[in-house]
Amino acid sequence: MAAINREQVAHLAQLAHIEMSDDELDRMANELAVIVDSVKSVSEAAGADVPATSHPIPLTNVMREDVVGHVLTAEEALSGAPDSADGRFKVPAILEES
Amino acid sequence: MSTDTIVSFEEAMEKYDPVLGFEVHVELNTKTKMFSSAPNVFGDQPNSNVNEVCLGLPGVLPVVNRKAVESSILIGLALNCKIAPHCTFARKQYFYPDTPKNFQTSQYEDPICYDGWIDIELADGTVFRVEIERAHMEEDAGKLTHMGGATGRIQGADFSLVDYNRSGVPLVEIVTKPIEGAGSRAPELAKAYVAAIREIVKNLGVSDARMERGNVRCDANVSLRPYGREKFGTRTETKNVNSLRAVENAVRFEIQRHAAVLDSGVAITQETRHWHEDTKSTTSGRPKSDADDYRYFPEPDLVPIVTTAEWVEELRSRLPEPPAERRKRLQADWGYTDLEFRDVVNAGLMDEIEETVAAGATAAAARKWWMGEIARRAKLADVDPAALGVTPAVVVEIERLIASGAINDKLARKVLDGVLDGEGTPAEVVEKRGLAVVSDDGALQAAIDEALAAQPDVAEKIRGGKVQAVGAIVGGVMKVTRGQADAGRVRELILATLGVEG
Amino acid sequence: MTAHELIRSSAAEMAAKLASGEITSVELVQAHLDRIAAVDGGERGVNAFLHVNTEEALAVAADVDARRAAGEQLHELAGVPIAVKDLIVTKGQPTTAGSKILEGWMSPYDATVVKKLRAARMPILGKTNLDEFAMGSSTEHSAYGPTRNPWDLDRIPGGSGGGSAAAVAAFEAPLALGTDTGGSIRQPGAVTGTVGVKPTYGAVSRYGAIAMASSLDQIGPVSRTVLDSALLQEVIGGHDPFDSTSLTDPSTGLADAARLGNVAGMKIGIIKELHGEGYQAGVENRFNESLELLRGAGADIVEVSCPNFGYALGAYYLIMPSEASSNLAKFDGVRFGMRRLPAEGPLTIERVMGATRAAGFGDEVKRRIILGTYALSAGYYDAYYGSAQKVRTLIQRDFAAAFEQVDVLISPTAPTTAFKLGEKLNDPLAMYLNDVATIPANMAGVPGLTLPGGLAEEDGLPVGIQLLAPAREDARLYRVGAVLESLIEAQWGGPILDRAPSLVETVVEPVETLDYVETTAKEAN
Repeated sequence: MAAINREQVAHLAQLAHIEMSDDELDRMANELAVIVDSVKSVSEAAGADVPATSHPIPLTNVMREDVVGHVLTAEEALSGAPDSADGRFKVPAILEES
Repeated sequence: MSTDTIVSFEEAMEKYDPVLGFEVHVELNTKTKMFSSAPNVFGDQPNSNVNEVCLGLPGVLPVVNRKAVESSILIGLALNCKIAPHCTFARKQYFYPDTPKNFQTSQYEDPICYDGWIDIELADGTVFRVEIERAHMEEDAGKLTHMGGATGRIQGADFSLVDYNRSGVPLVEIVTKPIEGAGSRAPELAKAYVAAIREIVKNLGVSDARMERGNVRCDANVSLRPYGREKFGTRTETKNVNSLRAVENAVRFEIQRHAAVLDSGVAITQETRHWHEDTKSTTSGRPKSDADDYRYFPEPDLVPIVTTAEWVEELRSRLPEPPAERRKRLQADWGYTDLEFRDVVNAGLMDEIEETVAAGATAAAARKWWMGEIARRAKLADVDPAALGVTPAVVVEIERLIASGAINDKLARKVLDGVLDGEGTPAEVVEKRGLAVVSDDGALQAAIDEALAAQPDVAEKIRGGKVQAVGAIVGGVMKVTRGQADAGRVRELILATLGVEG
Repeated sequence: MTAHELIRSSAAEMAAKLASGEITSVELVQAHLDRIAAVDGGERGVNAFLHVNTEEALAVAADVDARRAAGEQLHELAGVPIAVKDLIVTKGQPTTAGSKILEGWMSPYDATVVKKLRAARMPILGKTNLDEFAMGSSTEHSAYGPTRNPWDLDRIPGGSGGGSAAAVAAFEAPLALGTDTGGSIRQPGAVTGTVGVKPTYGAVSRYGAIAMASSLDQIGPVSRTVLDSALLQEVIGGHDPFDSTSLTDPSTGLADAARLGNVAGMKIGIIKELHGEGYQAGVENRFNESLELLRGAGADIVEVSCPNFGYALGAYYLIMPSEASSNLAKFDGVRFGMRRLPAEGPLTIERVMGATRAAGFGDEVKRRIILGTYALSAGYYDAYYGSAQKVRTLIQRDFAAAFEQVDVLISPTAPTTAFKLGEKLNDPLAMYLNDVATIPANMAGVPGLTLPGGLAEEDGLPVGIQLLAPAREDARLYRVGAVLESLIEAQWGGPILDRAPSLVETVVEPVETLDYVETTAKEAN
């Protein structure tokens, strides 16, 4: 496994939608390199025959019946919104002007 | 926005072999959403059919809708798929404001239905088998409205508004394997395939299947390769193709565009294209920045679905008659010609006619009304005939009134007006509007005397033996009685009055 | 009984006094509100609370008193106040998750555990401090300042649930709710000399707990006695149809197990890999004493090996950030919480999300999001997330093998006693090592309990003893824990918390109490 570098961190920050300054990227790359190095052993711990566990307690078929439950009013739904208009959540333009 | 060069379809077909692929999203018509108990209802006030789960508020957890799972299995069975004995949900991660959690809960490695097929019958009766790769469960996103700017499009908008009513609506995504060998029939096949999926989910009762509402949405993949080459060309995926005609046109356009690009020696860019109904063309879509890496991983908040054989067989027993078989059966039962039956199918009136026949009308009468007067009015009102407000019972009753001689065809149309104006049942309309055929000979005689007096020369001709001239007098009587007379009886009375043998 | 004595009682004792009519709930709640006002705020305050819920708590208390007076049959803990970790959503009070990004956010719904507290008529005193989004082991990563350890105000109270543990240790609340993803209930319990339990995964609903790592998170009780935690788990546990991972087992028999009072013949396993090297001497000594005490009570102490526990920390620091990176994607400034516009350049939603998350998240949260994004990204998934999930299987197998030999497992809860504020803040890896003994339970979903094992001789600070039981056998923890607790108290001549230095009570006028509360509420709004 390759150590994590600054360019990777920049790409990851973009994927994660977190703006980062150059300083921050450098610092993060250093810290993550140490952490990634320390978790390396994990990839060698288990053989191919070991199944993955995604849930600590195995359950299956937990489903609900198709019955309408409680609903928020539009007012309640929008109560925490940073911005809204016309009963809807308002967000800046999706795309840059082209 | 540059306008793409295209070559003619025929030219494209001479040189290139198209390969198609479709991803059709079907919105299920469950009462509640895929992972929350908020109502799944179209068209209400924005953000009023939501709760904390489909808004993705902090702390919420999803719970699977059993009905949605069963509907998905039904779709899989109708598409001849295998049903996975064990399947899981996964998170598909990308940031977009219509996606409340900034990930979509979907299925990845193990879809609930896989490896199916469906036979598509083209207009000339050619049957084309389309193989289904998978059909998996997922959730719909909210609806973005782009505001400001000139076009209301995403480009140039000042801001966007988000309504999460659709967020979390259950979706089944049906993915085909690459479809080879369609040749010049590719656009037609594309349309027929989507029409078949729409018909199947409607017939199953699992979706409202209204394309104009986005209940069935198609992304069409197109690639071209020179004839004889095995390797597929680079494909494009055209989104937002939301009518059957658009599917056909979009596939045709992309074939023509690809051919022009390839002809000029340039490689096709693998990208998303957007279909524009107004210009009947596609434009390059800007890829989402994280589209290259969705970082799928197993959804830790949901547990696997295990489908037992008993459950699947119980669902299989609920499958309705397949649409193709049903069509054959109905055409035989009704005795329609191929042309008549195709017109009925194309008009989307098979269900209505079936119900009307079941309610007691003859197949001929049912077709006459639905394909005639009702379809005509629907077209004027710009609605589906089924949505006009005429029920099978109304048609049956009108037919009965005609058969009993209480009204004639002309009056029946007025009765239909009354029914559509909300004046009640056909019988009530006849009563209220006084539309019954005038069968009182006394009243008719007065009208006949008046008509004869008004046209003495015609009366004279009839007396002189020109019996065919009686039509003019009958017309006069019908005018006076505003059509409410039985024309046959009027004729008899006129001839009797003039002492002529009929 | 003075207010001072009253607040030092256990929750069970408070419940008994309420039932007998010796005290009213209003008196009890007021005594705690006064204590909060006296020790929580100011320069050198404990800072356990991010919000104090004065009005509602008193109203609920008054309602309980009225109902009791009218002869109504009430829940055993009705009228006993409780604090709630600010990771758990509450109607009527702000929920911040210790993050700027949620500052002032009011949830339109209650977490299931909060609904259960309300149904039991337990007054909620307020919301307690935590590391931002529960990411940390010291509460120093809170955006609202660190909580201080009541044993030494210059030391950390553990984390992420330092607020809940410190509130209980400082007698600001008899009970609190915590959440435990890798030790966030147990490690703060260990360093503050209190009791905390991470129930079996699924035993308590997670609905309304702001998720860090969904497959590891669990809500649990924080208290001063083992019996109190048992009583509280009975209130908050049980099946919840809103949580697909919720177990259907009823949450009963836990208090009975705590009251059983014997461990004779039980087999208790020392986990070879979870003590010795890397553990502070005083921690190791108290741990060994606990073993002697249990042996003296008739338990059979054996050593077991869990060879794969060595991989647990590494696997945890892949699974946890992976799930966290996904769970925290929703904090984007669109539907709730903070929105920050980019300082310059075009105003697009993508850039607003980037600026909001940059300004709203602290360093540790960003670190984990980036790490998790990395572990899940194309080309790395199999090596990181995939491998970590296999390690999870190995850890489960280790537990299964161990529990074939023994009834419960025992270890120190944390390798050290409370360290100084700031000491490990700039060394993420050192911070992560605090969770080395608590993480295996989360990885396997098994329940774990910490209780005070005495004080370390070198620094006079509390040491935590951890008990682990098989999944769905939470009752065993309470049974063994209560016995060990009574043996340790007998050895030390009373509860370990009695040895904590008294906090200086600032003389606060009632008016200032109100000011404090109102300010907190206003800041939140």
